[in-house]
Amino acid sequence: MAVNTSYAGRVYPPGEVYRVSAEKIREFAEATASTHPAHTDVEAARALGYADVVAPPTFAVVVAQRAESVYVQDPEAGIDFSRVVHAEERFTHHRPIVAGDVLTPTLHVDGVVERGSLAMVTTRVEIADAEGAPVASVTSTLAVRGEDA
Amino acid sequence: MSPSLSQLSVGEVLATRTLEVDRARLVRYAGASGDFNPIHWNERFALEVGLPGVIAHGMWTMGAAVSVVTEWAGDPGAVVDYQSRFARPVPVPDPGSVSVEVTATVGAIDAEQGTARVDLTVVVEGQRVLAKAQALVRLPA
Repeated sequence: MAVNTSYAGRVYPPGEVYRVSAEKIREFAEATASTHPAHTDVEAARALGYADVVAPPTFAVVVAQRAESVYVQDPEAGIDFSRVVHAEERFTHHRPIVAGDVLTPTLHVDGVVERGSLAMVTTRVEIADAEGAPVASVTSTLAVRGEDA
Repeated sequence: MSPSLSQLSVGEVLATRTLEVDRARLVRYAGASGDFNPIHWNERFALEVGLPGVIAHGMWTMGAAVSVVTEWAGDPGAVVDYQSRFARPVPVPDPGSVSVEVTATVGAIDAEQGTARVDLTVVVEGQRVLAKAQALVRLPA
């Protein structure tokens, strides 16, 4: 089944709330060899002016990919994950994510473009905090190979 | 001490780091990130979908590469924007590991915005695996 181009422009209702924990930040930092002490040591984070341990720059992908799954796993969207290659990713941080944040993601499908036997699917997840203030914007582009590619 | 913008010059190499990645590291990243796509841990599945074998998550490579920048900047929150394209997959052997070589260079300085663009060169076995990997870092003047 081909990728459904009619999803372009779609905006989903706000996704499930994500509660950021110090342990999740620690796990993510250790997995990505992010050794800065502010990821794991609350005193080091406070010395930099943060309320609690601070997440590495790509941590927001955890929140974003959870939100994206509503779309990419929708059978009607026609995205065959065995044919997907991650093409691009971008994080724009309005402020750093820290432990204790309560984040709400809103998923936008910015583009579904067919280029020959490839479809390029671009999503953007806008992440806001408990007060509704913007925290991060995560843009992801997937390349989906067609049946004959 | 965090670095300041006025000390930097375009083209200056800020830091280098070699990261080792093995299958255990990918399993750890899968758990930490929630990305359980089997191409990152299941050899049989990876071969079935036409890959050379298990490959690293692109987001692992991107996340590990920027650690060079957060260490250098002295503040993980100083990275206000970070983007990359995934140019080549990184096959991860079993047994053993593969080396990922990261070099961070000053790409541009914007004194008005108070930011430096740090360009990351990320190489595996002589080939760049990330393209246009750029981190925008806010620094004191």
